[in-house]
Parts: sequence; C-alpha cells; structure tokens
Amino acid sequence: MMSKLELKEDKMLEVQFVGDDDVLNHILDREGGAKLKKERAQLLVNTKKIIKKPEYDLEEDGQEVLKDQNYVEVLGRDIQESLKNGSAADGGNKVYSFQNRKHSEKMAKLASELAKTPRKNVSLSLKNDPEIMINIPQCSKGHSASDKVQLKNSDKSEFLSTAPSGLRKRLIVPRSHSDSESEYSASNSEDDGVAQEYEEDTDEVILNQKIPSQNRAISAPVCKETPSKKMKRDKTSDLVEEYFEAHSSSKVLTSDRTLQKLKRAKLDQQTLRNLLSKVSPSFSAELKQLNQQYEQLFHKWMLQLRLGFNIVLYGLGSKRDLLERFRTTVLQDSIHVVINGFFPGISVKSILNSITEEVLDHMGTFRSVLDQLDWIVNKFKEDSSLELFLLIHNLDSQMLRGDKSQQIIGQLSSLRNIYLMASIDHLNAPLMWDHAKQSLYNWLWYETTTYSPYTEETSYENSLLVKQSGSLPLSSLTHVLRSLTPNARGIFRLLIKYQLDNQDNPSYIGFSFQDFYQQCREAFLVNSDLTLRAQLTEFRDHKLIRTKKGTDGVEYLLIPVDSGTLNDFLEKEEEES
Amino acid sequence: MATSSVSKGCFVFKPNFKKRKISVPVEDYFNKGKNESEDSKLRFETYQLIWQQMKSETEQLQEELNKNLFDSLIEFLQKSYSGFQKNSKDWGCQIKLREIPTAALILGVNVTDHDLTFRSLTEALQNNVTPYVVSLQAKDCPDIKHFLQKLASQLTGCCVDEESKEGSTQVAQKKTHCSVDSLSSWYMNITQKTDPKMPRKKRTSSSQWQSPPVVLILKDMESFTTKVLQDFIIMSSQHLHEFPLILIFGIATSPVIIHRLLPHAVSSLLCIELFQSLSCKDHLTTVLDKLLLTTQFPFKLSEKVLQILTNIFLYHDFSIQNFIKGLQLSLLEHFYSQPLSVLCCNLPEAKRRINFLSDNQCENIRRLPSFRRYVEKQASEKQVALLTDERFLKEEIQSLLENLHAYHSNYFLVLRCLHQFTSSLPKYPLGRQIRELYCTCLEKNIWDSEEYVSALQLLRDYLLPPETQPLHEVVYFSAAHTLREHLNAAPRIALHTALNNPYYYLKNEALKSEEGCIPNVAPDICIAYKLHLECSRLINLVDWSEAFATVVTAAEKMDVNSITSEERNEIIHARFIRAVSELELLGFIKPTKQKTDHVARLTWGGC
Repeated sequence: MMSKLELKEDKMLEVQFVGDDDVLNHILDREGGAKLKKERAQLLVNTKKIIKKPEYDLEEDGQEVLKDQNYVEVLGRDIQESLKNGSAADGGNKVYSFQNRKHSEKMAKLASELAKTPRKNVSLSLKNDPEIMINIPQCSKGHSASDKVQLKNSDKSEFLSTAPSGLRKRLIVPRSHSDSESEYSASNSEDDGVAQEYEEDTDEVILNQKIPSQNRAISAPVCKETPSKKMKRDKTSDLVEEYFEAHSSSKVLTSDRTLQKLKRAKLDQQTLRNLLSKVSPSFSAELKQLNQQYEQLFHKWMLQLRLGFNIVLYGLGSKRDLLERFRTTVLQDSIHVVINGFFPGISVKSILNSITEEVLDHMGTFRSVLDQLDWIVNKFKEDSSLELFLLIHNLDSQMLRGDKSQQIIGQLSSLRNIYLMASIDHLNAPLMWDHAKQSLYNWLWYETTTYSPYTEETSYENSLLVKQSGSLPLSSLTHVLRSLTPNARGIFRLLIKYQLDNQDNPSYIGFSFQDFYQQCREAFLVNSDLTLRAQLTEFRDHKLIRTKKGTDGVEYLLIPVDSGTLNDFLEKEEEES
Repeated sequence: MATSSVSKGCFVFKPNFKKRKISVPVEDYFNKGKNESEDSKLRFETYQLIWQQMKSETEQLQEELNKNLFDSLIEFLQKSYSGFQKNSKDWGCQIKLREIPTAALILGVNVTDHDLTFRSLTEALQNNVTPYVVSLQAKDCPDIKHFLQKLASQLTGCCVDEESKEGSTQVAQKKTHCSVDSLSSWYMNITQKTDPKMPRKKRTSSSQWQSPPVVLILKDMESFTTKVLQDFIIMSSQHLHEFPLILIFGIATSPVIIHRLLPHAVSSLLCIELFQSLSCKDHLTTVLDKLLLTTQFPFKLSEKVLQILTNIFLYHDFSIQNFIKGLQLSLLEHFYSQPLSVLCCNLPEAKRRINFLSDNQCENIRRLPSFRRYVEKQASEKQVALLTDERFLKEEIQSLLENLHAYHSNYFLVLRCLHQFTSSLPKYPLGRQIRELYCTCLEKNIWDSEEYVSALQLLRDYLLPPETQPLHEVVYFSAAHTLREHLNAAPRIALHTALNNPYYYLKNEALKSEEGCIPNVAPDICIAYKLHLECSRLINLVDWSEAFATVVTAAEKMDVNSITSEERNEIIHARFIRAVSELELLGFIKPTKQKTDHVARLTWGGC
C-alpha cells in the first residue's frame, strides 16, 4: 500500500488511499513509475547511510532511543536568553561534583586570601602567571593564626611577594603531613624561605601529581597537559574514597577551640537585631533592581493563579517582603490567608482551622484533620463564587514539610477556587513532592533571588549562636510561678533541683512520680498523691512540665526548659526571697 | 494588620463585604500593564477558546483510548458476576465462590494520570455494571478499621442517591463500628429493599441485575500495607456469598507485586485476571497527533519547546497530564507575550481580524524578523509600500497568512507520508515515532543529507522549517527557556549560583570575580558559605567566625568610621551569626552534639 501525492491548484495536497494493485500498475507504468521505483530501491540500499546522527546509538532491538545528548542540549540551551534564571549558569556537575577533602585550617587561609584578592591591582598582576591564579581560590594548610595576622597587617606589595611562595609551598606539602594534623600547628612562616628554593624546582613535577586531588581549581591550560581520561578516572575513585573516608571515621579533625574562650557571649535576639540594624546594606541599587523585576510579574502571577496554576518561588534570600508586597498590591480586595511556615507552632491543623473558623465562619469541630479537609473541599466545590488565596512563607519549613501536611496542602491547592502562592528555601525542598503531589500542586516555578536577609524566618529558630531561650521562658516561668501558692512553688523548685542535679546524666528521662511524691511528702508540701496530681495538672496546663511514660510503665516528669534558664530562675528566686 | 507574631502563624484577611468585588475578571490581569492597542482582550478570549477546545479534545481522546480497556474490564466483571448469580450446588462452583474475582490493572508509572483513568472507569462501571463502585487510596487506609470505615461510608454514599431517606441512619452507622459482617447485612438490606422498587426505577443496565456486585477499586495497590490487604481479603472471602465483592487493583509497577504483597494463602483466595492499559508513549503520540500535527488548532510549538516538553515526559514523569500542562503554559505564554498572537486563530477569523489591526500592531508586524526577511526579498517599490502603506500591508498579510495556512496543511500531510515511508525501515533512520520526525523537520531541512535529496525529492518543498515562513511568529511559540524555567526548575542550581557568583544577579563591578573566586565585598552569606566549603564534616564555629571576621574586616578597611573597634567587632559577629543561621535555614549545616561549638555540614562537594 502506498499513498499517492497529488498537487492541487490551490497549493493544497491530498492523500488518497490507493490499493496495492493500483500501486503496482502505477509503478509498472512507463512514465512516472520508473522514477518512483528507482527511489524506493535507493532508499533501501542506503538505509545505513541515512542514520540521522551517528552519535545516537540506535539500539538493535528497536527500543525507544533516549537521546541523552539531545536532552542535555535542549534543557541547557538558551541560558543567555533568560536573564532571570541563574539555574543554568553553572552546570549541574559543579553542584553535585565531589570535592577533595578539606581541613578546617584551610578556612583561615582562604579567609586571608579573600581578604586580599579584591584589591584590583593585585589580582591583575597575578593574572600574568596562570599557575598562581589557578590556586588563589584554593586554600591550603600550614597557615596559622599568626600567619594570618601577618597577612592582615601586610600591605599590597607585601602580599605580592608572599603569596606566590606560600602558594608554591602549599603544593608540595606532603599529604601525610596534613592528615596527621589535628590542631593548628605553629606558624611555618620561618621555613618559607628555606623551602622556597627547593620548591621552585619541583614545582612543575608536583603540580602534575597533585592534579587529581585538586579538582576544582584546575584551569583549562593545566588540564590539557594531563591525559584527561586517565585523570578523570583517578579523580573519581580518589574522590569516592575520600568521601567514605571523611564520613566513616568517627574522628573528625577540627580545632578544639570553643566559643567560651572567645569573649563574645551569646547574643540574644534583641541585641542581635540592634547590632544588625547598624549594618548599612550594600548593593542596595542592584537589589532594588532585582526586586523591581519581580514586581513586574505580579499581574502575570495573578493571571496564572486564576487560570489554575499555583506558584512557587525559590532562590536565595528571603521572599517574605516580596510576597508581602504582592499581597498589599494585588490581594487587597480578596480573601486571603497568610501562613508563616517558619513559625514554630504552625501546623496543618492550624491552617485548616483558620480556613474553617475565620474564612468560612464555621464554629463546629471536626473529628480529624481529614474530615476537616473533606468539609473544606466540599464547601469550596459547592460554592464556586468562593475564592481564597493562600500565601505560605516557607512551605518547606520543619513544621510543614511532612508528607501528610504536604498532601493536605496539596489537596487544598488543587481546588479550582483556592489559589496557592508559596516560597521555598531549603536546598532539598523539592524532594518533599513526589509526582502525585506535584500534580496536585500544579506548580509554576519562579526564581526570585533577592539576597534579602532571612530576618523573620530565622528569628524563631533556635540558632546555634543566639541565646534564644533566654528572656522569654525565664520571664514566663517567673510570671506563672508567682501566681501559684507557696507550696506549689516549693514543689516546682524541688523538681528543678532534681533535674539540675541530673543535668549531666545523658540517660535521665525525668523524675519518677513515686519518688517525687515521696520527696514532696518529706518536705511537707503535699499530704496525698491526689493533691500532687492536681498540682501537676496545673503545671501541665501552663506547659511547665511534661510527663512521659517510661518503658517500665512508670510516669516521669520533666521540665522542658534548658538548665541554664533553670539556674537563672533559681538564682533569681533566691535573690528575691 | 501585621503578618508576624510570636503567638500565631496564620493570618486571615477578609476585606469587608462591600469592598470585596464579586470576582475580578481574569482578563484584567491579562491586560494590566500592557498596551491597550495590542488587542489583549481579544487575545485572552482566543486563548480561552483554543485552550477549551484543546482540553475537551484531550479528554475525548482519553475516553476513546480507554474504551478498549474498559470494555474488556466490564466483560470480565459481568462474567464473574454471573458466577455469583449461578446458584449452582456443584462442588466446583462452591470452590469458585470462595475466590474473589480480581482485575489487576497495570497502569504504568505515570501515577499522575491514573486519577483521570479511575474517574472515567468509575463512571463506566456505574453506567454498565453496578451502582456500587468504591475506590480507596492507601493514604486513607492506614489500618483495617479506617479501610472498612472508608469503604462503608463510600458505599452508603453510593446509595444515598437512590435512597436519600436512608441518609441519616447511614451517617450514624459510619461512626459506629464497621465490619465485613455489618457490610454484608447492609448489602442484604439494600438489595431486598431495592427489589420491590425495581419497576419504578429507571431501567439502566445496572439495575437489571437482581443483586449487583460491589466493585472495590484500590487505586494504588502497591502503597497499601500488606496487613490491611491480607486481612481484608481473608475476611471478605468468608462473606463472599452474601457480599458479592469484585476487586480492581491499580498497579503502577508490575503484576509481580501482588505476589510480593500477598502470601500464597491469601492470593489463592483471589481469581486474578490481568489488564494492561494503553502505554503512555502511545498516548502521547495520539495527543500530539490530535493537537499539534493538525491544522485544526492554529497554535504551534517550535522545535525546542516541543523537545523540552517531550523530554520532561520521557525523562521525568511519563505524565500526559503534565505534558498538557506544559502545552497550556506554552499557549498562555504565547498569547500573553506575543501581541500578534491575536492572528493565531482560524483562517477566516484571522483574515477578518487583520482589517482591525491598529497602527501599533502593524508596526509590530513590520518588526517581525521573518517579515523583514520577506520584505528584503521584494522589489524596492513593494518594499516601500509594505513599510509605509497600511492598507497594502494588510492585504499582503492576508495572503501571507493564507500561505502559512497552506504551508501547514501540506506540511502535516507530507510529514505523515514521510513517516509512513520511513517508520517501517530497519533501524528507524528518522525515528520511530512521528514526533521525532517532526522535531527533526522543525529544526532543519530534513533533506540536508544527500540521501534524502535523491530519495525523497517529492517531499522537499513541503517540509521547509517553519522559520522560513513569513509571519510564522504569529502561531509558533518558541520561548523554550520560559517553559523550562517554570516547569522544570532547578532550585538547587539557582542557590548555588547565587552563593558562588553573586555578580550573576547583582550587576555591580565590585562583585566581578574570577571563576571559583569570590570578592570579599560579597554578601555575608556568600562569604560564610565559601568559607564553609573548605571544611569537612564538622565545622568549628570559632574558626569559622574568625575567618569570617578576617574577610569582612578587610572589605571594610576603606570606610572611615567613627565607631569603636569593639563595636565594629560586635557588629561583625552579629553578621556572622545571621549568615550562619541563614545557612542553617537553607539546609547547608545543622547543629551537632558531636563536638562542642561545632556544626555539621550537610552537603558534600561544591554545594
């Protein structure tokens, strides 16, 4: 069977079904047929040559060929075209590549280099020597605090002379040496001069040996010198080994210095804010420009939300202000709910509650979250005039990233008249969503890199360096306890003391109720376990204590406040009395 | 009202009733910030129209494609149902009666498309087999209690349409204890009640049966806990004679999973028959065929765009639904960003619209690259006329659009022919699927290799790449990067770029740096990040903070300020704290108890 082409006068073609016999007649026909026949034959002969692109290995079994090459090409194309999308500027291989193992002392070294590099004349003069330029971002061991101080104090010209020698030295320090270092070693600066001469000769040789482990700093000219394939293999196996080495050994070599030795005490949130307010923001013009770019999208976002898509914002920097501006510019006349995902007390339940209670004015209660969801879904399906915008800051926060929460929010967002606009920050945030959830969300992704500080988002965070629990729990403790009877206060103090006595015991799970009762009785604080239980209920209501059933079935009591605060509290109590 | 508080995380904003508009028309957002003379209203309407047509076309397609599968499923159900009906006393039948008829439906990994299939399956079953069709998902059934509750509530929901009076008691029952026993008594109840009412009922095929079976669809069989499945199957097989159950398993992987989930003792209680749904690749081919390789819809995709959409499909999810979402976005972007898309409609309508084109729009046409190329090829008098005379221009556009239309009708016809020729050749030189051929033809001249010149001369004039056609911009959407950005984003790479190369976003000369380097004036978080990359699993906070201070102090050296050095150090320390907290929020580090004042790195390598 073949199709016959026929040109029509109005430039249109038409395909007709032609039976095999007709085709045969047509082919045998002297005029037109000969040509067609010839073509057909040629076609068959040449099949091998016709293969479109030789690099696509067409599989023998006729399986669908997945054109990897093509895929990468297409997805990586048009980088220049999209100004706003930083995604493709650095290929994925850089992000996910292995890296050679580093030592903490390298940080100090890098710091001192970073402190220097931007002086333009320095980097320019260094540019002449490609080898040195290559190594600038790379850091090395062997530089101590004193060395750093020296660098800090030295001016540009000094740096010019010291940097190359330091860098060269770095290249030849034997690896075994570095592995054995666990603390900062004393400065090696006095050795520099001695080592230098020797190093200058061996530089070339050693550079080549070092290449496999210095993957990131290699520049093109150096790469060309080594057989690239072999290098690649070496590098990979090396890096894999390094990875497991770094993650298997129980000991990690870092310096033992602690913050206590540093005079700076933990700051509390307020002080931190005050201090930061004095920092004059840099690049405000550029940041403003970035933000203006995003603001121009507001109407497009609204359009896309209304057409059934949901929008997720990603990229470095807090997107809270941006979303706030979106809210105040275009959402003023619509019902909307702002949800701070970073708020530590947030839960799906509280989101659903605000929707049922405040948006839909429903006063009843629900047996479960799923029931509540069903009710909301029905409500929104029944009444198509109902419209609701959800703005979720940090959809990927600790509290909301759970599978169930995401499922429920996804189901809400899949409703035709609920529009979801969310931001994500965590680098693994997209892992929250499997295909099913992604299709519920129906996301359109927008990159909005703002570089804004995550002030609000991190303010609740129990940060490493911020004395978070400080003022708030302490004041509330005092406040609550003041309203209690002296006996109740005594009971609580007993519990605090016992907990503090056990603060160094890692297996401490709480004060068992029986023992506690015994002690309270001995101190004449209670006369029956019923009184004690009543007292404990009151504590529990104020969230002053937590009870837990141990494996032996015994009830244990615990104060969920850190020992520092408890100590402060006791001191204060004693001062007052 | 503020949106931050230490005591709550949700803030509801309800504008008062008068102020609240009933609903802002969507097209307002399409227009805003746009030039009114660019026909945005008309464009939006055209978008809506084309999208609706495309959507209904795909839905219809899905139905047709599922028809075969559903037909055989229905046949199976009817056959096994007749087994229930036979009240035979012979031993073989008795044995058979203990086996639950089960259809294992292999649907493929494109789980996102399953919902649609199940929805139409439910509809088809309700129309043809039984009103009692229930579907359950694993997430609703963590244990057997919930399983039975959900089953009961949905079943009673099924019959509420028929017995609305029953409603109140059913709800009460929902809350009480559910068991297979209570289900079968409910079933007895309902079928007996239904019987006398039969004549009054609408005579659908489903109600012709005396006691219609109960069909239970388990949408995602693999996700159910084995315990729940096993318990349910054992219990219901005991009650099969009074509760005629038929199971349908939705399976995304392979039928082996049934035996992996169910021990022999349980699977022997099932009488399983396999059904294979249409492969999603074939589905895609049909969708492309009906939506893109046709002149029915004026809208077209450029090679890159099509390539991105098919790649997302082939490499990420095999999801038709997502493909159509991508198509929708392309359509929307096209009409939103291309003012001349107003001419992207059927030919007679487009011809009519040409007459109403504004001066501005005529200018837009003159600026089209394809049109300029066309003009350059014309004689000089015509060139002048085209660039100055609006009426002449419009007439020319009429004929150019006609040509474009003719080009497309020939194109697809010839493309199909070529595909017919080549798809049966060994090794599929031009690809196996017509979409591959289409992509190649869109990209370049297909006859560029010599073989084609001699072999397929006939087709040559018709498969010119669309870029050669004047005004192709009107109907072709080519902004592939927008699509990739919004559908297939890579947030982690964006983060990496922002941290490593702030100059990419902040075009300030001070931030320009060599590859892999970062200037010390960069934002604090970039510096802290860069420093942390130098550490292995654990990071000493003191070292980190000192290194940070070194860098930042050097950067600030230039500013002559009056504040004391102690205060400056404090501020720098505060900045460090902020940067560290931010890196923690982003998931690069976390606190650790392994060593005092250390944090653990959560990434390995460059990011």
